[in-house]
Amino acid sequence: MTVLAIENLNVVFATEGGDLHALRDVSFKVPEQRIVGIVGESGCGKSTLINAILGLLAENGRIASGSISFEGEDLAHLDDKAIQDLRGPRLSTVFQDPMGALNPVISVGRQMRNIQYRSDLARAEKDARSIDMLRQVRIPDAAQALKRYPHEFSGGMKQRIAIAMALMMEPALLIADEPTTALDATLEVTTIELLKDLQAEIGCSVLFISHHLGVIAELCDDVVVMYAGEVVERGSTRQVFGNPSHPYTARLLDCDPARQSERTRQLPTIPGELPDLRRRPEGCIFAARCDRRMDVCAAIPPDIEVVPGHVARCFLAESQ
Amino acid sequence: MYAAASDPKRARLAAVQRLLREPLGVFGVTLVVLMLFGAIFADWLSIYEPNKISPRDRFQGPSWDHLLGTDQLGRDLFSRVLHGGRIALSVALFSTLASLVIGIVLGLIAGYGPRWLDNLMLLFFDSIKSFPTVMLALALVTLFGPSLTAVVIVVVLVNVPGYARIIRTQTLALKESEFVTAALSMGASTPRILRVHVMPNVVGPLLILASMDIPVVIAIEAGMSFLGLGVRPPTPSWGAILNDGFTAIRDTPWIVLAGGLPIIITTLGFTFLGETLRDVFDPRLKGRG
Repeated sequence: MTVLAIENLNVVFATEGGDLHALRDVSFKVPEQRIVGIVGESGCGKSTLINAILGLLAENGRIASGSISFEGEDLAHLDDKAIQDLRGPRLSTVFQDPMGALNPVISVGRQMRNIQYRSDLARAEKDARSIDMLRQVRIPDAAQALKRYPHEFSGGMKQRIAIAMALMMEPALLIADEPTTALDATLEVTTIELLKDLQAEIGCSVLFISHHLGVIAELCDDVVVMYAGEVVERGSTRQVFGNPSHPYTARLLDCDPARQSERTRQLPTIPGELPDLRRRPEGCIFAARCDRRMDVCAAIPPDIEVVPGHVARCFLAESQ
Repeated sequence: MYAAASDPKRARLAAVQRLLREPLGVFGVTLVVLMLFGAIFADWLSIYEPNKISPRDRFQGPSWDHLLGTDQLGRDLFSRVLHGGRIALSVALFSTLASLVIGIVLGLIAGYGPRWLDNLMLLFFDSIKSFPTVMLALALVTLFGPSLTAVVIVVVLVNVPGYARIIRTQTLALKESEFVTAALSMGASTPRILRVHVMPNVVGPLLILASMDIPVVIAIEAGMSFLGLGVRPPTPSWGAILNDGFTAIRDTPWIVLAGGLPIIITTLGFTFLGETLRDVFDPRLKGRG
């Protein structure tokens, strides 16, 4: 069963400088009980993708074409009220900044009770569920924690509370938008392990956004590599990391400091910068920065399936 | 934020304690409580009917019989001041409350609603603000006639634009905050977000501002009544008493004093209270403004 299937999704923002094509023919799937990672540098469209799924695109943005099918319903064509009813119980989100994700003037207990406003449980039962969730994310003295305010917790604890809140309604899909980026390295590891445990326990799928390759490799079953609003490569984490078939993925892996085997004075980078999406270059989106560019790259490359499930949008990719 | 915040009750108690540690705060509280006491128990405290005319006793100076003397119709000024306090304080409290409610609602709509509505409402606020208070009062009284309702409407019109603007600005900032996005992503509806997440974050500062505005409201009521635009005679009002005494100020100054002193005392009391409240709840602002 597929929980989330995105097909040929195009998102366009109307800006003063003309239409900005933020997402172009994005397709991928999140199967049931799997963790799918989305990786890409800043500005590649990760956040736009999340907002499109959640139905929270900015006012000037719209889904131009394509479909986002979630549990059999097409979110791209659902009205606002219907998507709103899915957010929370079926589809929930953890955000990047744990400092800002909790309302500073409301106690944690009340915020957790607020999330359950749709259920008819009595107050005490809701609190009991909140305590149970806080225990699951390993908040010490959970009963007391309900009475506290967000500023009384550390950043890591706040992020765990945010995760507890997101998983409280046992959603089918958890979207985690760089949930570990604002945390330090040790916390990052524990948070990742926690997410993995909770995912297995609740049995939900996770869409995990990050620009940290190590975290993706550690946590995710599948990975989607995005560049400038396009999915350039997707497949199982093992396949994509082991046999990168798009030059961008290969360069990205080369740039990961964790993969450097010898000391260098300068870490490798990918020369050039992201293209202006208002004036999208013809042909391959990565051509301008690609070191293996060919004449044929002036045309848009097809999605080539390297092995079943592993797809790269590049002329160089070869079916095996 | 302070350490005791984990328990809201204790935090509130600590705030009250700090308020009572400030001499100015104690002074303000005392004056306000005194005035409230006088207004609430006006019927018991006054020996005379506030509106009872007694031509034989006109223009009497302060004495044990008439603590503040009598006016040109022989009415006991002490009784009139107490009953005038009722009018002043009830107008002040009611119209401030009304301005708060309307200001908060309009501010939330302007801050959270679509851009065109925001612009329209700002234009509306600014046009109201551009009227001088007295001109606004005159215009309204010309339309509806002098009455307490006219006073309340003037006060609300004067206060609402400022309150709404404060709420609007803070709402605009909170709209982009991550916890609002988080609430949205958890399926909260717009009314729910405004009520649960935005409101509690914006009302605190506004309440303090409103308590500092009460003296202004009292002055507006007194001023309008003085000009004959507020309560109708013979209803006692501090402004009306001032007006009664004004013509006879050379021979019998106590009438003006009887009308003026309570205005000064109440105004000072609420100002001190408001400023101390602000300092207690936001220590960073101490010594400013």
